[in-house]
Amino acid sequence: MSATEHILIVVGVLFVLLNIAAGLIWVERRLLALWQDRLGPNRAGPLGVLIVLADTLKLFFKEDWIPPFADKWVFILAPAIVVGSVLLSFVVIPFAPGIVVADLNIGILFFLAMSSLGVYSIVLGGWASNNKYALLGALRGASQMIAYEVFMGLSLMGVVMLSGSFNLGDIVAAQQNLWFVVTQPVGFVIFFIAGIAETHRLPFDIPEAESELIAGYHAEYSGMKFGMFFIGEYLGITLISAMIVTLFFGGWLGPAFLPPLAWFVIKLFFFIGLFILLRASLPRPRYDQLISYGWKIILAIVLANLLITGAIALWLRG
Amino acid sequence: MDDADSILQQLQQQLGVGSLYQQQTVDDILTLWVSKEKIIPAIQFLKTAAAGPFKMLYDLFGIDERNRNRYNGLPMADFTVVYVLFSFEQNCFIKLKVALRGEYPSIASICSIFKNANWYEREVYDMFGIRFDGHPHLTRILMPLTWEGHPLRKEHPARATEMGPFQLRDEYQDRQQEALRFKPEDWGLLEHGDDADFMFLNIGPQHPGTHGVLRIILQLNGEDIVDAVPEIGFHHRGAEKMAERQSWHTYIPYTDRVDYLGGVMNNLAYLQSVEKLAGIELPDRALVIRVMLCELFRIASHLVWFGTFAQDLGQLSPVFYMFTDREKIFDIVEAICGGRMHPNWFRIGGVAQDLPNGWQQLVQHFVDYFPPKIREYEKMVIRNSLFKARTKGIGIYTLEEAIEWGVTGPGLRACGLEWDWRKKRPYSGYDMFEFDIPVAQHGDCFDRALVRVEEMRQSLRIVKQCLENMPAGDYKSSHPLTTPPLKKFTMQDIETLITHFLNVSWGPVIPAGEAMSCIEATKGANSYYCISDGSTAAYRVRIRTPSFPHMQMVPYISKGYTVGDLLSILGSIDFVLADIDR
Repeated sequence: MSATEHILIVVGVLFVLLNIAAGLIWVERRLLALWQDRLGPNRAGPLGVLIVLADTLKLFFKEDWIPPFADKWVFILAPAIVVGSVLLSFVVIPFAPGIVVADLNIGILFFLAMSSLGVYSIVLGGWASNNKYALLGALRGASQMIAYEVFMGLSLMGVVMLSGSFNLGDIVAAQQNLWFVVTQPVGFVIFFIAGIAETHRLPFDIPEAESELIAGYHAEYSGMKFGMFFIGEYLGITLISAMIVTLFFGGWLGPAFLPPLAWFVIKLFFFIGLFILLRASLPRPRYDQLISYGWKIILAIVLANLLITGAIALWLRG
Repeated sequence: MDDADSILQQLQQQLGVGSLYQQQTVDDILTLWVSKEKIIPAIQFLKTAAAGPFKMLYDLFGIDERNRNRYNGLPMADFTVVYVLFSFEQNCFIKLKVALRGEYPSIASICSIFKNANWYEREVYDMFGIRFDGHPHLTRILMPLTWEGHPLRKEHPARATEMGPFQLRDEYQDRQQEALRFKPEDWGLLEHGDDADFMFLNIGPQHPGTHGVLRIILQLNGEDIVDAVPEIGFHHRGAEKMAERQSWHTYIPYTDRVDYLGGVMNNLAYLQSVEKLAGIELPDRALVIRVMLCELFRIASHLVWFGTFAQDLGQLSPVFYMFTDREKIFDIVEAICGGRMHPNWFRIGGVAQDLPNGWQQLVQHFVDYFPPKIREYEKMVIRNSLFKARTKGIGIYTLEEAIEWGVTGPGLRACGLEWDWRKKRPYSGYDMFEFDIPVAQHGDCFDRALVRVEEMRQSLRIVKQCLENMPAGDYKSSHPLTTPPLKKFTMQDIETLITHFLNVSWGPVIPAGEAMSCIEATKGANSYYCISDGSTAAYRVRIRTPSFPHMQMVPYISKGYTVGDLLSILGSIDFVLADIDR
């Protein structure tokens, strides 16, 4: 791959991702409205698509306010971390054969490491805001994300065992005959649950919990700094959906009448839609319920899954 | 009135002959004047020792008697404190009145006997300046701490025009700001525990989970609630004071706005007592129209509660479905009354107009449409396991605690007591209808939700019966005191013309006396205690709302739970801020 091609891919991926994340503002609001018997934004542009532009412009022109009681530099740093870490995760995702920014052979580990960094944005944002609601949100966020990271990592180990590789491209290739969702259904479900918790979306939006903590860790943020958290959340959804597609649903694989990239995008949007549907339908568990559910139930299941998968993998090779 | 006689005798034995004076009232509730010294033993006796004890302090309020024209042989008083107790065993109210003399009198507090007397006594202090000796925390409750004067005293101005122009000077503003500063010790809260420092979290007055301008100060250990202090009064509009300068008729729209989700249900509570005072009997059609509208509003109110409760627990969609259905009810209400949330449609002696043509189809359509919807919502919310996890075993109180704190309505029925004022003390013709009283056993948030959902079904049953059996006849009584007065009695001679003119312009003169009503409103027992001094306006109107005691109970039932649970508890109580603050 030549350097120009590489730069083209990097810029292309960045451009598309940021646009998808922004476009999700519209997708989510329209889909939610559809499921909630309303219209949603339908004024700006055809079908209201330009709401994205309007929202972004609004955020840009809002006062970029830093509360006098906040820890200024940390306060500014926090929203940058969330976008940065999520965007870095996308580096390892193979969108189609040849379209991957960095074909790392430790792809999964890189993804896990980057998504762990995301917790810093919540903790630092909540701490630097010097606001009690933000602090409570940050505390909740920290314990939730640390807990669910464990299961997220463990749930992927089954896939790694079966494919024998940490490289996401190899994992996709290993699903040529059978998607891993069939052989690793438990792993898929747990990864999905952990993914919701990682992106702190409803029903697991406990660090924000609008009706309890108002906006939680980003209560003091406004303007484009809030916009960063906002975009970060949509990038997070896209990332988790992309990971689900790659790891369990055969990535770009699909019948030949559509190009591989199209298959990837179709699958991607299916899971994004699922995220939004979940938000429209489920109530939020309590913070301690979520954590104890994680440690008491999910941990046991995921370890059992690992054990059984390992045993079968050994037996098959045996 | 055998029960009343026996209570009277028991009390007389207890307190000594001559210490009681019985007042005749038109509402058939035993009303006794007790001397100031005897009030504690009297209440103590009624609560604990009387046969069929009066376990609930239903209401406690004051009256400024200094402008009275007609005493009718009642004890002379500058102020009166009225205690209304209720006995579930006997299904019987009793009113105890204490006459107080002097500008700023005082009386012994009954906080040690009834827990819920605390806020009531604070309110009387706030409104009248009457001090309660032995009260643990006698401060203002509805008015700002810096308020001058006591609003319900007769000398306190009722209009802004009587008060001179308002100016916001710097020192005044600083003083107000300083008064708002939160000092934990003022609220009896400690900053440090045995092994922990507490965090104080200010929920509200602007907070998405409080459904209005309510402030709750939480003392937190981590996320666990050590103590909670609700601060109310942000929604106080002086509804009781307004009654004293509005005519009996023009006060009706103000009642609409007390429990603003209950709509005409508030009119009913107020008019019940006015009609008792005036001695007006309603034609059947008027009664049934009122019942139908009230039950439609009950469904509408419960729908709002249902949707917002689900939203408090993080379920975003139900609120939209339920508000859409509420719109369907409002379509009916609009077709009948012209208004929506506050139709102001009941009148003294009936309703404003007859039902419009085609109302049957509208109601029929809703009656057919709604039952499958309730089933759907039940499946969506109540049977959701996350919902159950958030509500089961949270915010529990027992039946005894509920009665002690003055809980009525669905909150009481969720503790297993089958008590509905519509059934137990029928009013407005509710005895003509068939319906069940839903109950639940555990008294937690989940059970309160369950009871309300079932209540919607029962209300629909009542609406259906109204639809099928709407009697023919007048929609308004032909009594001369009804408002607006009937035109057909006018054009006979100069006397009838003058009477009509006066009744339209000044409003009717309601005979002197006092009466209390009690209805099963959307949130619990709602009462209007109207006192007439034989004038075109009420001498005093006391509004007993269900949300006030319910809110008072919040600290008691939220201790030991977490911040997230507090939202379940607040949602399950189903309060309306205007209903608390009036």
